[in-house]
Amino acid sequence: MPERPEIFYEVSTARLDVVEKPLSAWEKLYDNGAVRKTALLVMLAAAWELYARWLGNPLLVPTFSATVGALFASIASGALPQAALYTISMLLKGYVSGLAIAALLTAFATGTRIGADLLETLTAMFNPLPSIALLPLALVWFGLGAGSVIFVLIHAVLWAVALNTFAGFRSVSPTWKMVGQNYGLSRIRYIARILIPGAFPSILTGLKVGWAFAWRTLIAAELVFGVSSGSGGLGWFIFERKNQLLIADVFAGLLTVILFGLLVENLIFKTIENRTVGRWGMQV
Amino acid sequence: METAPLLSVEGVTLRYRTKDQLVTATYRVSFQLYPSDRFVVLGPSGCGKSTLLKAVGGYIQPTEGRIRLNSADVTGPGPDRVFVFQEFDQLLPWKTVKENIVFALTASGKLLRPHAEERAMHYIAKVNLTEFALSYPHTLSGGMKQRVAIARAMAMEPQILLMDEPFAALDALTRTKMQEELLQLWDETKFTVLFVTHSIPEAILIGNRILLMSTHPGQVRAELNSSGADATRIHELLFGAANHA
Repeated sequence: MPERPEIFYEVSTARLDVVEKPLSAWEKLYDNGAVRKTALLVMLAAAWELYARWLGNPLLVPTFSATVGALFASIASGALPQAALYTISMLLKGYVSGLAIAALLTAFATGTRIGADLLETLTAMFNPLPSIALLPLALVWFGLGAGSVIFVLIHAVLWAVALNTFAGFRSVSPTWKMVGQNYGLSRIRYIARILIPGAFPSILTGLKVGWAFAWRTLIAAELVFGVSSGSGGLGWFIFERKNQLLIADVFAGLLTVILFGLLVENLIFKTIENRTVGRWGMQV
Repeated sequence: METAPLLSVEGVTLRYRTKDQLVTATYRVSFQLYPSDRFVVLGPSGCGKSTLLKAVGGYIQPTEGRIRLNSADVTGPGPDRVFVFQEFDQLLPWKTVKENIVFALTASGKLLRPHAEERAMHYIAKVNLTEFALSYPHTLSGGMKQRVAIARAMAMEPQILLMDEPFAALDALTRTKMQEELLQLWDETKFTVLFVTHSIPEAILIGNRILLMSTHPGQVRAELNSSGADATRIHELLFGAANHA
């Protein structure tokens, strides 16, 4: 083994220049998720346009440009905005009532053991039951109108949200729970200030799943019966246009449903996510 | 002794039930804490020292004996005994460093917001984290998180600080630094602390009084003054002379 001297270096305390190379414009563009997704959408639209032109049968698949044209025409005529507005107002009523009932049920379940058993049993029973299967029964109970649709919507939202929230509450770190108790939080403040933020990742998942369930259920319900007090929603719009063989309008209706889905997911839920679990480093 | 003990643990037996057995964590443990004590509970893992600390914290009720704080029985968790845990996740991730401390002060009803913020900043400065006051916990290193936890506990100005191996999850270099800082903080404010550890050097460094516990079930082996205590003797007391290499 050779004899080696000890070596000492001078550690510079002077402010170092930032050692980094700027990214190229292309790399910056590719790093942006919105740009990547938009590029994908443009490619899909182009593929659709090409296929429809090649097929040449507007009764089966209208072209993308014809669909966009029909979309603008329906917006201009006011039929589509009215249908969409109706659908969204129904959706919000059902979603909000579903959330309120889920909150009550979960609060009861966290407070008492029998409440937890009740929630678990009810969720196991009703979560697998497709809400649309309840529609015939709802029609008998609440008649042909908003009441039955909201009933089905509540069923669609309630179980997904309650299940996720309760599961989230139970997986909140025991250390946070002990910290909450240590500072003498009362029961309600303990739920609001420790359990809800601690379980927020899974609550958010519940909200998203509930929203998707509600959206699907509503469109399906409107396809089955749309007319109530003279106005119909998006599902009815689609159904009616199909009967009139206005296939481009049918596609425009479907496109609206998709656009709303994208909008809510990417604007509303994404923003909530970035401002909460993203900032807290709790993303699961 | 002219002063009354701040905390007195009298013949405390702690049992808890697992799925198929009843475990006795500690058996008839007694000791007393006086104001400004740095009281260390030292023992190998499994001697029930953490369980004992949780009982003092009020999370567990003793099956036998009693725990009294200022001659009143401890019945549940409360802000007069503040915990510093071993886990890094004791800070609430949805609050910034400053908000974590403000939360503790306002949730316990100790101070209202403007005063709470003032005091929070004071203690953040004490643990040298002023520039990180607005950071979220997940952006801090393990040592910094523990410093925030200590600042939060000290800001409460509790009667007793309960520290459950607060430096055990840190690397050796950071641990040494944190031990020095803790002693420095004690020099400034003379708080009372009940400190649990399994490290003999840490016990000798941190404590002025050391309670040695043996395992299965946890029983008190000795109560020593740390000045003049040496590691070999403690090791022999804990594990017996025969095992000592």
